[in-house]
Amino acid sequence: MLAWTIYISFLGALALLLLPSRSATLARLLALLVSVTTFALALLGFLQHRSGEMFTVVSVPWIHSLGIQYSLKADGISLTLLLLTGIIGICGVLLSWNIDVRVKEFFAFYLVLIGAVYGVFLSYDLFLLFVFYEIVVIPKYFLIAIWGSTRREYGAMKLVIYSFVGSAMVLVGLVAAYVVSGSRSLSLDYLAGYHFSPHFQMWAFPLVFTGFAVLAGMWPFHTWAPTGHVAAPTAASMLLAGVVMKLGAYGCLRVAMTLFPLGLGPWGFHVLGFGSWRDVFAILAVIGIIYGALVALVQKDFKFVIGYSSISHMGFILLGLMTLNQIGLSGAVVQMISHGILAGLLFGVVGRMVYSRTHTRELAALGPMHLSKVIPFAAFTFVIAGMASMGLPGFSGFAAELMILIGVWRSYPTLVLFVGFGLVAGVAYIWRAMQQAFFAGGPLVTVPPDDHPLPPISLPERAAAVILIASSVVVGIFPQIFLHVIHPALNSPMFDGLSKGGW
Amino acid sequence: MSIIDFGQLLRLLWPEITIILAALLALSVDLVALRHSRLRLRFLAATSIASIGCLIALDELLHTSTQGALLDKILVSTPLTQLVQIALLVIAILTLFLAVDTDFTEHVGEFVLLILLATTGMMFLVVAQDLLVLFLSLELLSLSAYILAGFDKLRPRSSEAALKYFLFGGMSAAFLLFGFSLLYGLANSTNFVEIACAVQGHPFSSILILAIVTTVIGFGFKLAAAPFHFWAPDVYQAAPIPSAAFIASGSKVASFFIFFQLLVLAFAGAEGVASPVHFQSGWVPVLVAVAVVSMILGNLIAITQTSLRRLLAYSAVAHAGYMLLAYVAHSEQSLAALLYYVVTYALATLGIFGILAVTEKQLGNDRIADLAGLNRRAPFLSACLFVFILSLAGIPPLSGFFAKFFLFVSLLTVDPGSKLLLWLIILAIGMSAVSLYYYLRVLKSAFVAEASAEADPIQSTVLMRLLIGILAGGVIVLGCAPELILNQILKVIQASGL
Repeated sequence: MLAWTIYISFLGALALLLLPSRSATLARLLALLVSVTTFALALLGFLQHRSGEMFTVVSVPWIHSLGIQYSLKADGISLTLLLLTGIIGICGVLLSWNIDVRVKEFFAFYLVLIGAVYGVFLSYDLFLLFVFYEIVVIPKYFLIAIWGSTRREYGAMKLVIYSFVGSAMVLVGLVAAYVVSGSRSLSLDYLAGYHFSPHFQMWAFPLVFTGFAVLAGMWPFHTWAPTGHVAAPTAASMLLAGVVMKLGAYGCLRVAMTLFPLGLGPWGFHVLGFGSWRDVFAILAVIGIIYGALVALVQKDFKFVIGYSSISHMGFILLGLMTLNQIGLSGAVVQMISHGILAGLLFGVVGRMVYSRTHTRELAALGPMHLSKVIPFAAFTFVIAGMASMGLPGFSGFAAELMILIGVWRSYPTLVLFVGFGLVAGVAYIWRAMQQAFFAGGPLVTVPPDDHPLPPISLPERAAAVILIASSVVVGIFPQIFLHVIHPALNSPMFDGLSKGGW
Repeated sequence: MSIIDFGQLLRLLWPEITIILAALLALSVDLVALRHSRLRLRFLAATSIASIGCLIALDELLHTSTQGALLDKILVSTPLTQLVQIALLVIAILTLFLAVDTDFTEHVGEFVLLILLATTGMMFLVVAQDLLVLFLSLELLSLSAYILAGFDKLRPRSSEAALKYFLFGGMSAAFLLFGFSLLYGLANSTNFVEIACAVQGHPFSSILILAIVTTVIGFGFKLAAAPFHFWAPDVYQAAPIPSAAFIASGSKVASFFIFFQLLVLAFAGAEGVASPVHFQSGWVPVLVAVAVVSMILGNLIAITQTSLRRLLAYSAVAHAGYMLLAYVAHSEQSLAALLYYVVTYALATLGIFGILAVTEKQLGNDRIADLAGLNRRAPFLSACLFVFILSLAGIPPLSGFFAKFFLFVSLLTVDPGSKLLLWLIILAIGMSAVSLYYYLRVLKSAFVAEASAEADPIQSTVLMRLLIGILAGGVIVLGCAPELILNQILKVIQASGL
C-alpha cells in the first residue's frame, strides 16, 4: 500500500494538468487532498511496521534481461523519512496557498517532485532509485525558474547542473558496481552482499558518496543550495531543504556506505593527516557546520541566513554518518527528520509569512517594520523554530544533535570542540536574525503605511506552522518512537559491512 | 559463381520491390490524377499510397522469416537485418506523414518517390555484405538525400545546404571508395567474410590502416561525427522539415547499423587496442578518438546555438559520439544497445522536427527564443516537446535514459577492469550533464518565458497532433518498458550471430 504514495502523487499531478476548471482553489484543494492522502498512507505504513525491519512493498521483474526489478521495500529509516516527506508535503501545499500564477502547473510539478521523493525513499533496486532520483531534478528546475524570486533562472540552472553532476557521479559508480558484480542484479542486498575488491571500493566509495553528498549540501559542493533556496518559491525551498537534501544524505547512507564499506577503511598511509576517506568526509562535514554557521552570521538577506543554516545542519548529518557508530548514525537519521521539519518551518516563516507580505528580505529593512507587533504569529513561530534550530531541549534539534555529538565523541574526540563551536555560532546567527528581523526596535518607520496594513496570517499558514512545530516537539520529546524503528534497520544484515568495520 | 536463383531473389527482395512499386504508383497517381488538386490532398494521397506500400513490405518482413544469403553472400538477410528494416520502414512512414501538412513544394509525387527511394537504399544497405553493394545502396540513399535537402527551391538557403551536403557527401564517398579499393587490393574480393580472412592474414599492414582510416572518415560524414560534421548544422537548419527529419533519423539508423556490420565482419581481427599502455593500431583507437571529439565538440558547440534546428544538429554530433562507444565495445550486447539507442533517438528527433513543422509555419523561424510561451500557445505540443527534449537529455524514465544506461553497461561489460572504458563512460556521463544545460534552455524558453501579449494560440492539425502524440507515447513507453523491444533485439542478435 505504501507504493500508492508514489502513484497517488503522480496521478494527482496528471489530474491537476487535465483539470478543466480554471479555479485556483480547486487545484489547491486537490493538491492538499493528494498530499494528505499520501501522508496518511505513510503514517499507516509506519504504524503497521513498528518492528522497523525491512519489508517488501512491491517486487516484480522489470527489465528481465538486465536483472532489474521494480522493487519497493521499506525499513525503519525509509519509513521515518516517508513520514517526513508526508508532513513537508502537506505544509508545502498549505504555505503555497497564495500562489496565483499558473496554479495547476505549480501543484503538478510539486506533486511530481513529492512522488519522486517518495519513490527514492522506497526504492530497493538501485536502477529504480536512480530513476526517481533523477526525476526529482526536473520539477525543481521549473518550480524555481517559473515561480521563484531573486535571480531565479540562475539559481535554478545552477541547482540543476549541480544535482545532475552529482547524479552523474552516482551513475558512474552504479554502472561500474553493476558490471563488476557480474551484471546480475541491481538490487541493494545483492550488491551490498557482493564482495567488491578493496581497490574498487576505494575509488567507488568517494565517487558515489560525493555524488550524493552534492545534493546533501556538503562543503565545498554546497554553493547551489543557498542560491537555490533563495530563488525558490516558499514551497520549493521547503521541499529542497526539507526533503530533497535528505535524499542526498539518504543516498550516502543507503547506497554509498552499504555498497562500499571498505572504502571507509584506512588507506594505509597518511596525507596531510588524513588516513581514510572517512577522515576526509568527516572534516568536510565539520567545515560545512562551521562555515555554514559563520556565513549565516553575516548575511543581509533573511532567506540566505536560513539557506546557510541548512548547510550547517546538513553538516551534522554527514558527520553523524561518518561516526560509524550506532548512536551517531541514528542521530544522523533523527537529524534528517529534525532538520527537515525545522528547515520547512523556517523557510515557511521567511518566505511565506514575511517575504510575501513585506516584499523584502533585507534584514535591515525588515527591522523598522516592527514585525513582532504587526505579524506576531510569524514572530512567535520564528522564535519557536529558532529555539528548536539552536538545539534547545524539548525540540527535535536537541535530541538529534546530542546523539551525533555523543557519536562524534566516541569516534573523533577532537572534532567535538569544533562542532561545539559550530553550535555556538548556530545560536548566534539565529539570535541575530531574530533580533534584526522581528525585534529591532528603534523608531517606528511605517514602511507599510497605515492605510495598507500587512495582511494578517491566514489559516493555512497557521495550520502549517502548528503541524510543523508539533512534529518537532514530538520528535524532541519522544525520539524513541523513531529510534525504535531506526535501530533494527541499522542492525539489519544490509549494514553488516559497515557494522563489522565500525561499531 | 553459383547459378542465380531468381525465385529466391524475388522472395528475399519482395519488400524492396513493393516499396519501389508503391513509389512509382504514388508518383503516377499524383502526376496523372491529382495534378490540379489541393496540395494537402495530393500529399495525403501520395503519402497514403506510399505508406500502404511500406506497410505491405512491413507485413512481409514480419510474417516471413526469410533467412538466407543471395548471390554468393552479397546480400545476407537475417532476423537481425529484418528487424532493422522494420524499424526503417516505421521511420519512413512517420516521416512521410510529417510532410502532409507542409507546403514547401508542389512536387509531391517526386518528394514521396525520393523518400521511398532513399528507404529502398537503406533496406539494401542493411543486408549488404559486399563492398560494392554497400557502396551502391549508400549512394542511392545519399543521392536521394541530397535532392531531398534541396527540395525547397524557393529558399536559397535550402539549396545552399543541399550543395554543401552534396560536396561533403561526395568527398566522403571518395574516401570510402578509396578505402574500399585498398581493401579489394588486400583481399582480392569485395565480400566481407573474405576480406576478414585477408585482414587476419596481414594484420597491421600500412595499407590496412589506411583503409581503416578512410573508411572511418567516409562513414564519419554519414554519421555526422566530429570532425566530419560540418554539413549537419546547415542541412538540419535549411532543409525542408521532412527531409531534415529523415536525414536525422532514418539515414542515421541505417548508417550506424551497416557501419557496425562492416567493422565487425570485414575488419574482424583489426580491432586494435586503444589503451595507452598496450596500444595497438586498429579501428578501435580511431573510433575512440572520433567518439571523444564528437562528444566534446558536439556538446560544447550546442551550448551557444540560438536556433533549435542547429542545436539539434550539434546534439546529433554529441549523440553520434555516445553511439560510437558501442563500436568500441563491439559485443553482441553493445550492438543491442546501439540499436535501442539509435531507434529511440530517431523517435525523439522525429518528434522535435514534427513540433518544428507546426511552430515554424506560424512563427516563421526556429529560434529558441521565439518558442517563448509555447506552453500557453500550444499546451499539447509543449508537453510533447518536454518529453522529447528530456529524452534526448537522458532523463529517466524516458527512453533516452535507458538507452544511455544500457550502452554504458554494455561498454563496461566487455572488460570490467579497463580504465580506458571507465574514463570513456565518465566523459560521456559528464558530457550529458553539460547537454542538460542547453536542453533545459529550450524548455526554459517554452515553459518559463512569457509569450508576448499579441501571441495567439498555435494552430495544428489533428494529424500532426496525433503523429507527435504517438511519437511522444513511444518515447515514454519504450523508456518505461524497454523490454518491449529490447528482448526482440537481443533475441534476433543471438539468432543471427555477429
